[in-house]
Amino acid sequence: MDFNLSPEEEAFRDEVRAFLDENLPSEPERDLKALAEWSRKVREKRWVGFSWPKEVGGGGGSLMQQVLLKEEMAKRKAPPLGTSFMGLAWVGPAIIQYGTDEQKRRFIPDILDGKLQWCTGYSEPGSGSDLASLQCKAVRDGEHYVVNGQKIWTSVAMWAKWMILLVRTHSDVSAKHDGITCLLVEMNTPGITVRPIRNMSGSSMFAEVFFDGVRVPVENRLGAEGEGWKVTVSALAFERSSISEVYGLARQLDGIKDLAKRCTRGGRPACEDPAIRRRIAWADVRIEAMRLNGMRFLTKQLRGEPLGSETSINKLLRAGLEIELGELAIEMQGSCGALMKGEGLVPDEGRWQRFALSWPEVVIGGGTPNIQRNIIAERVLGLPKD
Amino acid sequence: MNFGFTEEQELLRAEVRKFLDQNCALDEVRKIAATPEGVAKPLFDRMAELGWVGLTLPDRYGGIGLGWVDLVVVLEETGRTLFPSPLIATVLGATAIGLAGSEAQQKRWLPPIGAGRSIATLALLEASDRLDPAGIALAGKRDGAQFYLRGEKLFVMDAGTADLFVVAFRSGSADEDVSMALVERGAPGLVVEGLDTMDETKRLGRVRFDDVQVAREALLGPPGSAWPVIARLLDYGAVAVTAEAIGAAEGALDLTVRYAKQRVQFDEPIGRFQGVKHPLAEHYVEIESVKSLLYYAAWMLDEQPAEASLAVSRAKAWASDAFAGLGIDTVGLHGGIGYTWEYDAQLYLKRMKWVRAAFGDASWHLERVAALGGL
Repeated sequence: MDFNLSPEEEAFRDEVRAFLDENLPSEPERDLKALAEWSRKVREKRWVGFSWPKEVGGGGGSLMQQVLLKEEMAKRKAPPLGTSFMGLAWVGPAIIQYGTDEQKRRFIPDILDGKLQWCTGYSEPGSGSDLASLQCKAVRDGEHYVVNGQKIWTSVAMWAKWMILLVRTHSDVSAKHDGITCLLVEMNTPGITVRPIRNMSGSSMFAEVFFDGVRVPVENRLGAEGEGWKVTVSALAFERSSISEVYGLARQLDGIKDLAKRCTRGGRPACEDPAIRRRIAWADVRIEAMRLNGMRFLTKQLRGEPLGSETSINKLLRAGLEIELGELAIEMQGSCGALMKGEGLVPDEGRWQRFALSWPEVVIGGGTPNIQRNIIAERVLGLPKD
Repeated sequence: MNFGFTEEQELLRAEVRKFLDQNCALDEVRKIAATPEGVAKPLFDRMAELGWVGLTLPDRYGGIGLGWVDLVVVLEETGRTLFPSPLIATVLGATAIGLAGSEAQQKRWLPPIGAGRSIATLALLEASDRLDPAGIALAGKRDGAQFYLRGEKLFVMDAGTADLFVVAFRSGSADEDVSMALVERGAPGLVVEGLDTMDETKRLGRVRFDDVQVAREALLGPPGSAWPVIARLLDYGAVAVTAEAIGAAEGALDLTVRYAKQRVQFDEPIGRFQGVKHPLAEHYVEIESVKSLLYYAAWMLDEQPAEASLAVSRAKAWASDAFAGLGIDTVGLHGGIGYTWEYDAQLYLKRMKWVRAAFGDASWHLERVAALGGL
């Protein structure tokens, strides 16, 4: 057990720090021009797609370097490395693993340069947690697939240029995971209709997407026909270290500690209320546990051991924290917690109100807490499947 | 960066586990717990021979010279089998002597402690049950270079088997005027009584002092200098208790998971029902998270002991309440059989009652996390 860095790791971390000292725009200065400049510079450093092989234009960074890079970036609240969020998170890795050479040439550079915003067509009205039951259909017609059906909860569908789409190509299969195929679909293809959905915070980040006779060239199929589950599940399992989430939560907690000094309860600052102190401390404990859990999993990976379902642990902890921190921030405001905004009444321009209405995005997306509990119970503890 | 155990540590774990599985399965634990002393002295002696009691003691005093991360490995295993022994008490007693004792005191006491010949323990708590300087009220009346102790200590771990008590007492009226002394069993005026503990594998006692003489050479450190040492001992104690608690928690979860796979109701193994499988998954999350927190705290004790308190409190805060809940689910998910004396579920439930308060409960540690975190 040793939490110190090796000289090489330290040198890399120092390189990142020096880069940040020189190039990180201060927060008030982050206008579009500054952000574009930032994107160009980190792209030049090959820190966009840092874990991807150098042959496809990635950085070829080691696992440990990735964590150090993310950690330093998160500590300094740096803008993201690359702007094609889903492209970098799972579309790119899936293309690198399963795509043809032509697909790699066509998509990877644009993902790295942030020219292609992707969306993810997985969930359907009847297929949420039970994703493999999906029914959106594709039928082969010569050199095209013809897609009919519907997707839902598709984040940023109204802005994305491309979609990674799961369709059913075979229904006469014994296991529902079979018969699913993965297609890459250009969003301006005729027959696609995007209808934004307003979420409970009042904004629209996700949408319904309808497919009516949408023709997708066969060359845009990712992986073999009927292997779409493998293609996408492996991409989802392309495990991101949770280090950025940990720093994000830690930042929220710092904000809540500060809020606790400004809110009053019973005539005293909330930070003197033992119940509030206890809840803040309890959140601190779980955030630190997430950080250390992540380091234990990382050590396993560095030793070449496969990661099992351990990452569900941090997903569960994060889900609880996202909700709890929002609730805490609202409760400390007392009656003002029932307001959405209000000059002189609601602190921080209603930031905490919006925060308390945004947890479903991360708590439900990517597998609900109950699904994570099933994964742990079945795959780790070996209990019988539901 | 490496947050894992070494091959040597994994080997140590395997050896301790094999030793305990062979020599002290739960039916044996019950037999030992039913004896008046409540500890397995012959097994403890053999563990001492194998070097596990003196694991953290310096090699010049017959120890192995390893760290607390290594000790955590041993304690997880003794916890897993609910092994009734004075291991924690004695390691903490030795740690106190190592931190504050003179060369002569270390030379006199550490070798027999590491060899299992002398059982040591800390006598810190009193009726107030406070973990701060004000909690040390046992009066030490000065007479020249020596003191006479009068009062009583409570909740002293393994008091009934201890040969040597590390006693905290008040040597002056100022808040932090706290001193420590070594008092041997049999000292005139010293009366030791066992308390009736819920967990029979963890013995606690009351120690009365009726003008017990403390000679100058029995003082552990200069008079009035003990509080910083005691504060450190609380961290070591919390880590030791949490390490054993993790092992016991894994034992409890394992027992319950096995039962949930076998027990059939409504034509299904009950482990298929989410009302059973989800709490078990949550307990797994808690155990793994406490492990991460605790291993880091132990590493801090080895590397930067003066800075370890925050890490220690995070681990013990989570373990105290969460494992008490696990103890309850261990009984509850078993149904009626879990409520019986014969079935082992209750042993884990009771162990967690001891864990909860020992060296600070969740409230105490969470308050410390809040304070150290700037609140």
